[in-house]
Amino acid sequence: MTAARWVAAATFGVALSVTLRAGDAPQQPAAQPPVIEGHGGPPAPGTQTATPAPRPGQGQAQGRFPAQQRPKGDPDVIQRGRGIFAGACGPCPGADARGGQLGGPNLLRSQLALSDKAGEALFPVIKNGRPGTTMPPSPLPDADINAVIAFVHDLQSKIGGQGNPPPGEEVELNILVGNAKAGAGYFAARCASCHSATGDLAGLATRVPEPKALQNLWVSGGRTVARGGGARQTGAPRAVTTATVTLPSGQTATGTLLRLDDFLVTIALPDGSQRTFRRAGDTPKVDVTDPLTGHRALLTVLTDADMHNVTAYLVTLK
Amino acid sequence: MSPRPLALTLAFVALPVAAAAQGPAAPASAPASAPAPSLEPRRLVQPLGDDWPTYSGDYTGKRFSPLTQVDRASVKHLTLAWTARLTAGAGAAGRARFGGGSPVIVGGTGPEGLPAVPANVKGTPLMVNGTLYVTTPDNAWALDARDGREFWHYFWRTQGSTPIANRGVGIWKDYLYFVTPDNFFVSLDAKTGKERWNKVHADFTQQYFSTMAPIVVDDHLLLGTGNDIDSPGYIQSFDPLTGDVKWRFYTVPMKEGDPGLDTWPSLQSAKYGGGHPWLPGVYDPETRLYIFGTGNPIPAYTAGRGEGDNLYTCSLVAVHVDTGKMAWAFQTSPHDMHDWDSAQTPILFEGMVKGKMRKLVSTAARNGYFFTLDRVTGEHLVTSKFGGDANWAREVAKDGSVRRNPDKDPTVPGAITNPTSGGTINWEPPAYNPQTGLFYVTERNGFSIYYLTDPDPRGSMGLGGKEEVSVGSTGNFLTAIDPTTGSIKWRRPYPSASGFGSGGGGGGLLTTAGNLVFAGDAGGNFVAYDAETGAPLWHSRIGNVSNAAISYMLDGRQHILVAAGDTLYAFALYE
Repeated sequence: MTAARWVAAATFGVALSVTLRAGDAPQQPAAQPPVIEGHGGPPAPGTQTATPAPRPGQGQAQGRFPAQQRPKGDPDVIQRGRGIFAGACGPCPGADARGGQLGGPNLLRSQLALSDKAGEALFPVIKNGRPGTTMPPSPLPDADINAVIAFVHDLQSKIGGQGNPPPGEEVELNILVGNAKAGAGYFAARCASCHSATGDLAGLATRVPEPKALQNLWVSGGRTVARGGGARQTGAPRAVTTATVTLPSGQTATGTLLRLDDFLVTIALPDGSQRTFRRAGDTPKVDVTDPLTGHRALLTVLTDADMHNVTAYLVTLK
Repeated sequence: MSPRPLALTLAFVALPVAAAAQGPAAPASAPASAPAPSLEPRRLVQPLGDDWPTYSGDYTGKRFSPLTQVDRASVKHLTLAWTARLTAGAGAAGRARFGGGSPVIVGGTGPEGLPAVPANVKGTPLMVNGTLYVTTPDNAWALDARDGREFWHYFWRTQGSTPIANRGVGIWKDYLYFVTPDNFFVSLDAKTGKERWNKVHADFTQQYFSTMAPIVVDDHLLLGTGNDIDSPGYIQSFDPLTGDVKWRFYTVPMKEGDPGLDTWPSLQSAKYGGGHPWLPGVYDPETRLYIFGTGNPIPAYTAGRGEGDNLYTCSLVAVHVDTGKMAWAFQTSPHDMHDWDSAQTPILFEGMVKGKMRKLVSTAARNGYFFTLDRVTGEHLVTSKFGGDANWAREVAKDGSVRRNPDKDPTVPGAITNPTSGGTINWEPPAYNPQTGLFYVTERNGFSIYYLTDPDPRGSMGLGGKEEVSVGSTGNFLTAIDPTTGSIKWRRPYPSASGFGSGGGGGGLLTTAGNLVFAGDAGGNFVAYDAETGAPLWHSRIGNVSNAAISYMLDGRQHILVAAGDTLYAFALYE
C-alpha cells in the first residue's frame, strides 16, 4: 500500500469511528458533507464536526481490526479464488460469502473466518469439512483451497467501518415512487407561499439532476448542504438567518446572525463588521428571522408519501 | 512574613522550575506517587459524599452531589481554580507546562512510535482521597485533585480498533481498572500507575471494541462489550484480584433453549444479533441486582432479523450480581430498526406512584421515550415520550414497550424520521435530583431521511445497508421530567444561531443539593441552571463540554470539575 493510501485509510477509519456515537463527536464547527453514515448518526445541522487528526499506524495501515490487518494477498490469486469460490462454494455461503440459498452462514462475520490468520483455521475446515454440519470435505486441490482463503480474507479486509459489508454489485435503486400530480398539489398548498416553479425553482431538476440529492435539498431547505462548505449544491437560494437586536435605548442593529446563546448574540452588519451584545434574559430584545422556519415546521408534519410526491413533481422542473 | 521564610519559599519554588527547564527526562522529584485510594467496596454502597468514587458518583446513577457550598445564590461567584491539559501517548509534550510528572508508563502490545489518539475526555473522572483518575482511549492519569498536577500517566499501545471514547476507571481498594479499545482489561496500581496485569475481555478478531468504565460491586468487577459488526453482547464479572472471569451473561440467545430465542428467526440470527451493553449500569444493594441497558439489534437498519422482538436487545435488564442470572428484563423498543440502543445508564430512586412509595428505576432511551419500572420486580409503570417530535412509533403497547411503525424503517425512496440515528439522547448521562424530584436529560429533535441502500432480503451487516441524511431539527433542550408520571415539567432550549437545534448537553449532566444542574450548552458554555426552573445562573465559555461534570469537596472547598476535549477545568468559590 502506498503511503498516500495508507494515510487515507487511517483518516477514513478515524472519521468513521468518531461519528459512531453522536455525542462522541467533537463539536468544533467545520465542513462536513451532508450524508453521514455514523453509528451515532449525523450531528444536528450546524454542529457539523471536525475530523480529528488522523491516526496513522497502530495497525491502521490496513484497517482497524485483525481481518483488515492481514498482509495483502496476491491479486491474481484472489481473483482466481473468487471464481473457485463462486463455483464450488456459492450455493452455501453465497458467492458474496454473506449467506447462500442453501442456508450457509455469513462467512464474513464468522468467528472462524475472522480469527483465521493465514489459513490455519480455514484450510482444515474446507479440506475436511465439518462433521455434524452441512459443510462437506472439499475435493479442491490445496492450491485452490488457498486461493479461496485468499479471496475470503480479501473480502473481509473490505468490511467497512461499523460492520458495513464489503461493497457488492451496484444495485439500481429508484427513489422516484411518488405521484407528480399529487406532489404538485401539495406544493401549491404548502410551498407556493415562498417558492415558485417558474421563479426561484425554475430549472431546479436541471441544476440538481439526481433525485435523491434533490429530495434531500428541498426537504432540508438546502441548509445542511449549504453549510457544508465546498459541498454546497445549487438549486436553492442560500438561506441566511438574520437578527434584529433592540437595545433598551430603542437603538436597533440588524444583521446576519452568527452566534446565539443565552449569554451573547453576535451579528454581522452589512459592512461586514461583527457586533456582539451581552444578553440578560430578554434584554436586549433579539428578533430572529429564519427563512427556514417553514421547512422546520414542515419536518414535523411531512409524511413520506407527500415527500415522495413532491420529489416526483420537482424532478419535472427541468 | 520574616525574610528567612521568604528565602526558603523562593528556594523551593526555584527548584522545580529549574528542573522543568531541563525537560521531562529529568523529573523534578522522586518518581511520583499518588495517595492510596484504599477504596473499600462497601464504601460504594454509601450515598455520595465529598468524593466521586464510581462512574455515576454512587450506584444509583443519579449524578446527584449532596454538596451545598455552591448553590443558587453563591454560584455567581464560581471561578476557575485550575486547568489541566492532557497529552495522550508515550511522549511527554505538554506536561512540562504543568510541572511535569514521572515518565509515561507504557503497556500494550501494539507497534511502537506511532501517534496516539488525541486526548478527548468523554468519561467520568473519579476522585478518591484527593486524587483524580482520568482516562481517554489508551490513556489513564492520576492527577492531584487540588491543582491538576500529574502524579502518573499510563499509556497503552493499542493493536488498532475503534477509539471512540473511554468512560473511565473503576477502583477496588488500591487498584484501578480500565479497558482499552482493543479489548484489554488493564489493572494498575493506583498509587504508581504501574501495571499489575492485563487480560482480554472480548475478542479483537471479532471486532469488539471497548469503552465502558468498569463497575465495582463487592468482589465483582463488571464489564460490558461494544461492537458494530454482528457479534453478541455480554457483560462479565471479573475477580478484581486475579482478573479471572466469575460469570458471563449474554444479552442475546446463544444456544437452543435460551430465553427469547423465539423472538429471532434462527439461532444463527440471534447469536449475531448485537445487544451490546455499552455503558455502565446501576446497582441496588438490597436486591443485589445490577441493572443495565442493552444496545440495538444487528443488522441495525435492514432485513435479516425476521419480524420478532429480538430479545434482549434495546432492553433494561437486571441480573443478580453474584450469579449473572437474569432476574427481569423490559424491552423499550422491540425490533429496533434505527440503531437506537437502550444502553443509557438508568437511574434508581424512590418515588410515589399511584399513591404508593416504590423502589423505581427510570431510563430515557435513545428512541425518545422515557420509562419507569419497579426495580425490584421489573413491573412496568410509566412510558412517555420525551423526544418531542419523535415520529417512528405506532403505539405504546399494553406492556409499556413502544411498537414501531414499520413504514418508518429505512426505505428505498426514503423515510423521514425523528430522531436521527444519534438518538434523542445518546451515551450522555442523565441526572436525578431528589430535592426537586426531577429527572434531567438532554433532548435532541433531529430529523433524518433514512434510505435503504441494501435491499438484500438476507439483510446487511453491522450498521450497513442504509444512507442517512440529516435534514434539520426542531431544537435541542435540557429537559426535566417527573419520573413518577413521565410528564415533562420544563424544557430549556439550547439556543443556537442556526436555529436548527445544534449541540447542547453534549457531555451529560450533573445535579447538586445546591439545586443546580450543570451542562454544556450549544455555544461552548459550561452552564449552571436552576434545578427547579431551568434558568441559567452562571456560565463560563470553556469550549464544547465533552463529559458530565462531577463535584467533590477538598480542603473545605467544593469543586465542580468538567472536561472540554483534552482539558479539565475545575471551578470553586473563593471567599
